[in-house]
Amino acid sequence: MNALLDALRLHLPVLPVLLPVATAILLLLLGDGGSRGHGRHQLLTARRIALVSGLIGLGVAVLLVLQADAGVLAVYRLGEWPAPYGIVLVVDRLSAMMVALTALVALPVLLYACGGWDAQGRHFHALFQFQLMGLNGAFVTGDLFNLFVFFEVLLIASYVLMMHGGGKERLRVGLHYVVLNLAASALFLIGVALIYALTGTLNLADLALRVPQVTGPDATVLGAAAMVLLVVFGFKAALAPMSLWLPATYAASSAPVAALFAIMTKVGVYAILRVHGVVFGDVAPAAGAAASAALVAQPMLLPLGLLTSITGVIGALAAQTLARLVAWLTVASVGTVLAALGLYGESAWSAALFYMAHSTLIVAGLFLLAELVGAQRGLAGGNLEPASPVAQPALLGTLLLLAAASSAGLPPLPGFIGKLMLLQASSGHAWGPAVWTVVLSVGFFTLIGLARAGSLLFWQVRQDLPSGASGASPRLLAATVSLVAASVALSVWAAPVMRYTEAAARQLADRAGYAAAVLAPAAGVSTDTTQPYTGRRTPAAGERR
Amino acid sequence: MMLSMEFLVASGIGWVTACGLWLLLRGRSFPVVLGLALLGYAVNVFIFAMGRLWINAQPILGDVGATVADPLPQALVLTAIVIGFATTGFIIELALRSRADSGTDHVDGHEPGQPGQPGQPGQPGQPGQLGDATGGQPAGGEGGR
Repeated sequence: MNALLDALRLHLPVLPVLLPVATAILLLLLGDGGSRGHGRHQLLTARRIALVSGLIGLGVAVLLVLQADAGVLAVYRLGEWPAPYGIVLVVDRLSAMMVALTALVALPVLLYACGGWDAQGRHFHALFQFQLMGLNGAFVTGDLFNLFVFFEVLLIASYVLMMHGGGKERLRVGLHYVVLNLAASALFLIGVALIYALTGTLNLADLALRVPQVTGPDATVLGAAAMVLLVVFGFKAALAPMSLWLPATYAASSAPVAALFAIMTKVGVYAILRVHGVVFGDVAPAAGAAASAALVAQPMLLPLGLLTSITGVIGALAAQTLARLVAWLTVASVGTVLAALGLYGESAWSAALFYMAHSTLIVAGLFLLAELVGAQRGLAGGNLEPASPVAQPALLGTLLLLAAASSAGLPPLPGFIGKLMLLQASSGHAWGPAVWTVVLSVGFFTLIGLARAGSLLFWQVRQDLPSGASGASPRLLAATVSLVAASVALSVWAAPVMRYTEAAARQLADRAGYAAAVLAPAAGVSTDTTQPYTGRRTPAAGERR
Repeated sequence: MMLSMEFLVASGIGWVTACGLWLLLRGRSFPVVLGLALLGYAVNVFIFAMGRLWINAQPILGDVGATVADPLPQALVLTAIVIGFATTGFIIELALRSRADSGTDHVDGHEPGQPGQPGQPGQPGQPGQLGDATGGQPAGGEGGR
């Protein structure tokens, strides 16, 4: 038993990747009973396997968070190759939090999908698990190229999931989505290759040490590489000039897929924080800080984040359907998080993490809620126009009210706490007044947009139309309620979560500690890290120490 | 004047990238797929070139003191090629499906100037669309039961 526990502790960082992929392979072997698999025993078995795997995944994520909260920076060297030569998985507080957030979103979404959506196409559960593998892998990897690989894994799964359910509109939007993402992947590779050429490493811990040391003309090229990556990550996160794809894609996806994609957008945010916040965030201690590529993204991130927020809320006010409204709110919330990242301070990053946790849960819940409401309104669906009354106005209305108040940032809900942390962190900053103006007015207009939607959906009913719709099934309701409740719980346990995010932000700023942990066996981080490749192989240096 | 190898490779990558981008911006799905493929080739050569261009160097391991080309970009480009294959296969299939479902190879799913898809999912389809959907169900509002 002790040996088993030891093995579990040893291999804990790799479990968030291995568990979904093993589940997915199992589900593929099981098969899905063809395209009309509704009610078949394969589908029922697949649901059980997926839900059990989701539960175990949540357990693993909780263990990781507990471990990270104790201050352990878990480094997992695949094949025991020492970093920076081998590939590492690193679980710090931020990674653990993101893995936990993924599991927290995935489980209710999976439950919701089991209410019928998973029978609308083929291999839903296997693809869902592959998506989780990509998400978790992107969050725990400590290597830039592996980040690319996990991006691809999650994207390929998302291409198919996005079109789950079929239909012309989905296919049309899906083609755009796939082409845009493939172009972005090409840019990702260009950025990664440039960074490798100039620093000789792709290990994130090693890169953080190398970037401030690159000076002169090389630093200009390195800065360009970082900006190329900002375009890629900004595209995934829907940063301002590149946010228009998101509402179209998310609104066209089926509800559980859109809810899962709420966490996929956050991969872009996570990557920006990891690469542009941490790796490119350190100013060289010696002179010549201005000449290095460090902080190259700083002048762009804050204004673009604020612009994203404004774009999102304008789109939300103009939205014609509830799903599109929620999709635009996703853009607005991402903008708020990115603006907080752009402030480049520990307290601002802490605010960003808190707000990100809240907005992911609330947006996922809103996507599910949008479909529940739409399904009870007859032909009008989620369109924001007067229609027949919904069957469960009190329950759905309360959920929408809670979610709306939280995303608008009304006390005492977690959206308010997140925004308050952000406003506090920005006071004294040169951009402080702009942040205050944008965050507060975006909150106000979010409230207007959701209030308009809520009153249209629940109060302006047309009695001449037959209502007829029955209530939603308990399973679908449980999934939606648990997502909204998880978000509200963030408010109840705000103090421990805030302590955690503050510690996470401190840990991110401690680049030396991160490097020491990751590059530990090298025992001499500053002297024995990589260099740009020269082609000469001397007997003393090289792969053997 | 003799052109250097660096100039040749760099301008070659640039030219292929430019062609890829131009094709990517076309309105038909086949040129778009070709553009993505060209872009992928350019990027792969670019990764390869980021290990520097070597002449008379051994590929992976050599004697002590001998020149060895950088092996890491070779490994990276291999991964990128494999992923590129998979995604190209997927997008070809997707383009074919889109052509079959919408009756046109335009990336917007309808000919320019023709009435297009309804902008919002959940609305009933407009009459007079080119080529009817083959068994596609209306998007949205399907799972809530």
